[in-house]
Amino acid sequence: MRPFTYTRANDATSAIKLLTENPNARFLAGGTNLLDLMKEDVERPNTLIDISDLGLAEVKSIANGVNKGGVSMGGLGKNTDAANHPLIRQHYPLLTQAILAGASGQLRNMATNGGNLLQRTRCPYFYEVSMPCNKRAPGTGCGAREGINRMHAIFGWSDQCVAVYPSDMAVALAALDAVVHVRNAAGQERQIPIADFHRLPGNQPEKDTNLVHGELITAIELPPNRLADKSYYLKVRDRASYAFALVSVAAALETEGAMIKQARIAMGGVAHKPWRALKAEQLLVGKEATEANFNQAAEAVMADAKPLAHNAFKVELGKRSIVLALQTAMNGGKL
Amino acid sequence: MDEHESPELTEDEKRLFANLMPEDLSEILDTGVNRRHFLKLMTLAGGGILAAQSAVAEQLLTRPLTPAPAIEPASVSLDNAVNVSFKVNGTVRKLTVDSRMTLLDALRERLDLTGSKKGCDHGQCGACTVMVNGHRVLSCLTLTASCEGKAVQTIEGLAKNDTLHPMQDAFLKHDGFQCGFCTPGQICSAVAMLDEAKKGQASYVTQNVRQTTGPARLSNEEIRERMSGNICRCGAYPNIVAAIQEVYSGKPVEQVFRSV
Repeated sequence: MRPFTYTRANDATSAIKLLTENPNARFLAGGTNLLDLMKEDVERPNTLIDISDLGLAEVKSIANGVNKGGVSMGGLGKNTDAANHPLIRQHYPLLTQAILAGASGQLRNMATNGGNLLQRTRCPYFYEVSMPCNKRAPGTGCGAREGINRMHAIFGWSDQCVAVYPSDMAVALAALDAVVHVRNAAGQERQIPIADFHRLPGNQPEKDTNLVHGELITAIELPPNRLADKSYYLKVRDRASYAFALVSVAAALETEGAMIKQARIAMGGVAHKPWRALKAEQLLVGKEATEANFNQAAEAVMADAKPLAHNAFKVELGKRSIVLALQTAMNGGKL
Repeated sequence: MDEHESPELTEDEKRLFANLMPEDLSEILDTGVNRRHFLKLMTLAGGGILAAQSAVAEQLLTRPLTPAPAIEPASVSLDNAVNVSFKVNGTVRKLTVDSRMTLLDALRERLDLTGSKKGCDHGQCGACTVMVNGHRVLSCLTLTASCEGKAVQTIEGLAKNDTLHPMQDAFLKHDGFQCGFCTPGQICSAVAMLDEAKKGQASYVTQNVRQTTGPARLSNEEIRERMSGNICRCGAYPNIVAAIQEVYSGKPVEQVFRSV
């Protein structure tokens, strides 16, 4: 690991100022991804600003504004605490399941909600500094495009980058229409809908998100919904636990009698960002919650898939996962 | 030579050495040998000879070295030095560390607490699991600098004097290890995991996460899921699950290795 200066921030304003002034500084929260990347020489900050004393960890009901009746979680809250908070478990069980599907007990005790959003891809070509990678070293090429790409994207990739975004939490947030609150050095707050938070790689794969250097994630807001009774986060991976997704599906339904009133489908492990399937959701509205209709929706999602040399299996796996996730959601989240 | 080691062999060590290599003893005593060299020689002497002397050898090899006060380099000698004060197993420790030093390295290399193991050093194996402020975390991904004012508990802090922690007893009873490298991490993780369950925390395999009252009930499937961050290359998982199940249930659990 390269030498760096460690600084502990006492308040958000000075932390943001320190980061803004130094393009080679990084915030340190849980550190579970950042320290690993520093050990691998992928990240090379000259300053770490430890923001774990800033508070910003509370989970609470939202009393005012457009998301009134929803729940807000602090950007620096631990993943374990978010997943287990009674407000989240009761009203957003999909999010609880997604967080608990990721990493391990130890890592979730360390990782923060904001840090989880900013996880970097686990593409092995990104991690291995002797390999070409446009995300790590723009202009060097993509090792995975013609390399071993079993774990990689089937949606939204570019010739510059075929990496997938690794978070489970964010897939549920995408299905739940979460809003990310950030603050900059001028003290201005802005709200970024989760759909606009992460980017597709295009010609700038080095940019994972639309966050500007110097901005701090203060909170993640969840609007109120009627999806808690019928939701499920399905994660399919190479081993039963503690592995990144081959494919994951966040599914949620609101029904009226036999009819689907509202459907949410978001996928993980398939793109450079959580992949929300709006068209397929629309297909389900007004239809009955039958296997045939779920199949049709799954076909619609996968119609846009462009598999690479080694990951065509994700197309069929994705279809079946969508159907199973929707069926499980209908069953009150019981597999 | 480390200053905390006694430079002379003890009488027991001399006797053991004399039995193993009688022709070399006087020469070595004349030229002087420290205990660490002796222990290295003992290791090189190999299992066969050791086995014959195992009772004495085990007694000697397991004798802890005199606890070392952490040696403090002057802070001026480190470019990115950080002063940090934190509790380790109940004792306040003050260190000046390179900002890059992980908690795992500080425990092992500076505080001589080598129970916590460095497996992958990338947060993928769980061998380095310790508890910080009561929560299980990975010490290989924790900067020592970030531990200011915190309370760290390691495997060395679980037993009370000669009385093992119930989880340690259960791992012995159920043979919850083969090579033992992952064991300190497994035990620390299991102790903290039972505490999480007692607080009612859910897991990915919990049937209904919306139900938030009371402690979590731990089936073997629940234990496996909650312990998935601790990898065991020897594959002692059935025994580890049985050990944890015994401590969780408070009732004797059948030893899995006897039933196969």
